[in-house]
Amino acid sequence: MPKLTIDGIEVEAEPGMTILQAADQVGIEIPRFCYHERLSIAGNCRMCLVEVKPGPPKPAASCALPVAEGMQVWTQSDLAVKARKGVMEFLLINHPLDCPICDQGGECDLQDQAMAFGGDRSRFHEHKRAVTEKHLGPLVKTAMTRCIHCTRCVRFITEIAGIQELGMIGRGEDAEITSYVEMALTSELSGNIVDLCPVGALTSAPYAFHARPWELRKVESIDVFDAVGSAIRVDVRGNAVMRVLPRLNEDINEEWLADKSRHAIDGLRYQRLDRPYVREDGKLRPASWEEALRTVAGRLLATDADKVAALAGDMADAEAMMLLKDLMGVIGSPHMDCRQDGAALDPTDRASYLFNPTIPGIEDADALLIVGSDPRWEAPILNARIRKRYLMGNFPIATIGPRTDLTYPVEDLGNNPEVLDDLARGRHPFWRILDDAERPLILVGMGALSRPDGREVMASARRLAERVGAMREDWNGLGVLHTAAGRVGGLEVGFVPGHGGRDTAGILEGAERGDLQVVYLMGADEIDTARLGEAFVIYQGHHGDAGANRADVILPGAAYTEKHATYVNTEGRMQRTWLAVHPPGEAREDWKIVRALSSAMGKPLSQNTLDDVRARLADVSPTFADANEGAVIPAAPTRGGSGGGAGRLDRTPFTSPVGNYYRTDPISRASRTMAECTDVYINRTGSGDSKRTGTDG
Amino acid sequence: MSAVKTSPARDDAPFAFSEESLAEARRILAKYPENRARSAILPLLDLAQRQHGWVSQSVVEAVAEITGAAPIRVWEVATFYTMYNKAPIGRHHVEICTNLPCWLRGSDEILRAARDVFGVGFGQTSEDGAATVSSAECLGACVNAPMVQIGDDYYEDLDYDSAHALFTAIKEGQPVKAGSQIGRQCSAPEGGPTTLTTDPGTAEGGRWIAPDSPAAGGSAPGTA
Repeated sequence: MPKLTIDGIEVEAEPGMTILQAADQVGIEIPRFCYHERLSIAGNCRMCLVEVKPGPPKPAASCALPVAEGMQVWTQSDLAVKARKGVMEFLLINHPLDCPICDQGGECDLQDQAMAFGGDRSRFHEHKRAVTEKHLGPLVKTAMTRCIHCTRCVRFITEIAGIQELGMIGRGEDAEITSYVEMALTSELSGNIVDLCPVGALTSAPYAFHARPWELRKVESIDVFDAVGSAIRVDVRGNAVMRVLPRLNEDINEEWLADKSRHAIDGLRYQRLDRPYVREDGKLRPASWEEALRTVAGRLLATDADKVAALAGDMADAEAMMLLKDLMGVIGSPHMDCRQDGAALDPTDRASYLFNPTIPGIEDADALLIVGSDPRWEAPILNARIRKRYLMGNFPIATIGPRTDLTYPVEDLGNNPEVLDDLARGRHPFWRILDDAERPLILVGMGALSRPDGREVMASARRLAERVGAMREDWNGLGVLHTAAGRVGGLEVGFVPGHGGRDTAGILEGAERGDLQVVYLMGADEIDTARLGEAFVIYQGHHGDAGANRADVILPGAAYTEKHATYVNTEGRMQRTWLAVHPPGEAREDWKIVRALSSAMGKPLSQNTLDDVRARLADVSPTFADANEGAVIPAAPTRGGSGGGAGRLDRTPFTSPVGNYYRTDPISRASRTMAECTDVYINRTGSGDSKRTGTDG
Repeated sequence: MSAVKTSPARDDAPFAFSEESLAEARRILAKYPENRARSAILPLLDLAQRQHGWVSQSVVEAVAEITGAAPIRVWEVATFYTMYNKAPIGRHHVEICTNLPCWLRGSDEILRAARDVFGVGFGQTSEDGAATVSSAECLGACVNAPMVQIGDDYYEDLDYDSAHALFTAIKEGQPVKAGSQIGRQCSAPEGGPTTLTTDPGTAEGGRWIAPDSPAAGGSAPGTA
C-alpha cells in the first residue's frame, strides 16, 4: 500500500491506483473531463494536471499516473493552477460561446470548470473551427463544434455498449467524433453518451430545447420498462415528465440506463385514459367514476363467482394486484393470473422464478449458459453487466436461443431445446465447461418458459444446474430473466390461480367458450383480446391499448411516474416508485380504484391508506416489508423441487418475447420517439433526421 | 474546408486485394500475434493504397475484414495519417511539407512553384491528372528543408527554381533525381564538411593518442 501526500494530506492508496483516484478518496477534487471511473483511461484532456515530486519538472496528468511510495502531490500549487488555466484556455479556443442556446447549459462540466478554473477572457483572435453535425441516430443530437475530444462517448460505446461504431477520426485540430459512415448507433444504451458528454456536443434529441435543468423538479424513482428495475430520476416541470435520467445503483444499473427507459416517456402524454368510459351500444362513451364503478360492481355482483376472472399486466404494481387479489377472494373466484404470456413459473417455489445469482453476482460467475433469452433486448442493463464480466476475462458463454449478437462473443449451441436436454444429461461438450466452473450461471429467459413445454424446459435447466453444482447454499446460479416489471411482484403477491382456478390460457379459453362472463384486465394488453369472446371486459390501466379497445368499462389508472407503487425486480429486489406527477384528468392510483370498487360492491376491503395496503403486502410476503426495500432476500434453492417436467421437450426453436425492443408495452407503443427508433433500427426505413430543422446546417 | 473527411468515399470499382497483394498481406499479418492482427492496419492500408491508388470505403472495409477490426477503427487510422489518400489522386502525389522548419526555409515558395506548374493548390489535382498537391505534416527531413515527397522519394533543399524544374519534369514525364537538389550528400553540411576536414588517421587529423603510446613518442607499456 503506497503512501503519498496530496496537498499535505497523507493518503494510503491501493497499488495501481492513479493519483486522481487517490485524491478522490480523501475528498480532494481534481477537475477532469476525459477521466471516468467506469471507462478506460485516455489521459487526453489534460485538465487534471497536478504537480508531482519526484518526477520531471512539469505538471503530470493525475488521471493516468499511478501512485508511488513517497510521492508528493500538489493540486493547488502555482504550477498546477497555471497549467490548468492554460489547458482551460486551450479547450475554450474552439468552443463556441453558445451556452445560452445550448441544452447542456446549467449542467455542463465545461461551464462549471471554466467558472472555477478558467480565465475571464480569451487571447485567441483567429478563427474558431466549426465542425459539421454528425448523425448518430434518433436519440442523440449532436453539436460537434462544442466537442472537446475527451472520447468518453467513444470509450463507452466501444467498451460498455460493446459495439464498434463510434470513433475519433483525423488528428490535432481536425479531430472529429463520428460513427462509421454516419450510421445511427445500434446500441440500446446509446442514450448514456449524452450523460457522459461533459459538454453540449451530445445532447438528448427528444428533449432538445424542452427545459432547463433549474426549472425541473427531480423525483427519485424506479424504471418499469424491463424487469431489472433500474434506478431513475424523473425530471418534472409542472405536471409533465420532461426526462428520465439514471440514478446511481451499483447493484442494478450502476449509472447507465437503457434507451427505452430513458426515451419512451413521451408515450406518457399520448393515448392516455384520463376518464372512465362505459360501452354503450357498442361504443365507448365517457362516464363518471360513480357510474363506471356502479356498472362494474353490478356486473360482478350479478355474476356467478366462478365466471369471473382477472389478469394482471406487465406493469401492474404490487399494491393494485394485492387488492385485486383480495377482491377476487371476496367475490370467491380463484381465476386470476399475472403471467399473461403463460410463462411456466411456479409461484410456490420462490427460488424457481427469481434471478438467483443477482445482477452484481454476474461478476462472480465463471461460466454462463443463456437459454431462450436475448438479454440485449430483454434487459440491456443486465446484458451490459454480462459484457462487463466478459471483459474481465475467462468467462465462457454459450447460448441456446434466438440470436447471437449480444455484444460479446458466445458459443452458439444451436437453437434447439433438445441441446439443453443433452447438456442436462452431460452429453454435450459445453457440459464439461459448466461442470468445471466454480460458479456456473444458467440464465433462463421468457422465450424458454412461455411456451407449451415451458415446465419441461425449466425442469431440464434445473437438472442441469443441479448436476453442474450451480445450486448450492453459497451459490444459486439458476436465474430466470423476466421481461415484465410487475411479474415477480405478482408472483410474490400470489396473483396466480387459486385452488381449482384457471391460469391465463384457461381464462382465455374460458372466455372464448363463454364459461367466463367477466374478465378484469389490470393493465393486461399483451393477450389476444379477440379470444375474450362475449365476456364483459373491465380494463383498468393508463393507456388506450389493446385491452382498452376491447373493454366494456374502462377504469383509468396511473402510470409508474404517477403513483407510489411497489415493484419487485427479476432478482426479487423490492423497490418503490415515487409519485412524480399526478395522473391525468380523472385517472387515479390503481390500488385506490380497486378499493373504491370494493366499496361500490358493498364489500369494502379493510385497507384505507397506502400504508394499510403495504402492511397487507408485508403480511403476504416478507419481500414487501419496508425494511427490505432495495434488498434482495435470497431464496433457498430447493433441490429437485417442483418443475414437473415429465413431458418431452418440444423441438421448436426458442424465440425471444421481445420482437421489437422499442415497442413492448402500452407506454412505448404510444411513444413517438420509440416509433422513430422502430423506423430507424427495426424497419430500417427512417433516417432519424426528422428533428432537423432548416437551421441545423 | 474541413481537412478531414467524415466518411470514406465510395468508389465506382470496389476494391479487393489482388492475388499478389493478398500474398503480401498474409506475409504482413504473419508478423503479428494472432489476436493482434489490428497491428497490421497501417501496412495493409499502405498495401491497399499502392494497389488501388487511394483509400476508399471498400478499401477500409477490406482491411477491416482481413484484420478482424471494425471499419471505424481502420478509418480512424486512415484519417490520422496524411499519407493515406482519402480521395483519388493524380499520377503523382506531390506532398509539400509545411511544418515549421520547412516553412521557415520557404515552403510557401514551393507551393507557389506547384501552383505555377500544376495550376492547383493544396488538396487539388491538376487538370491533366498529372499530380495531386497536398500539404504534409513533418516528414522528418528538416535538415534539408524545404522538401517535398513525391511517391516514395524525398526531394530536398528546394527553392522556387529547383522546385519549378522538378515539377515540370514530373509533369512531362522526364527522369528526376531524388534527394538533395543542391548536390549535397544526405544531410551533410552545405558546401562540404565543416569539421573533421583533415585526415582523421593522424594526430593532426584530430585523433586522440594516448600519451604513452609509441605514436606519441613515448614507450609502449610493459617495455620499459
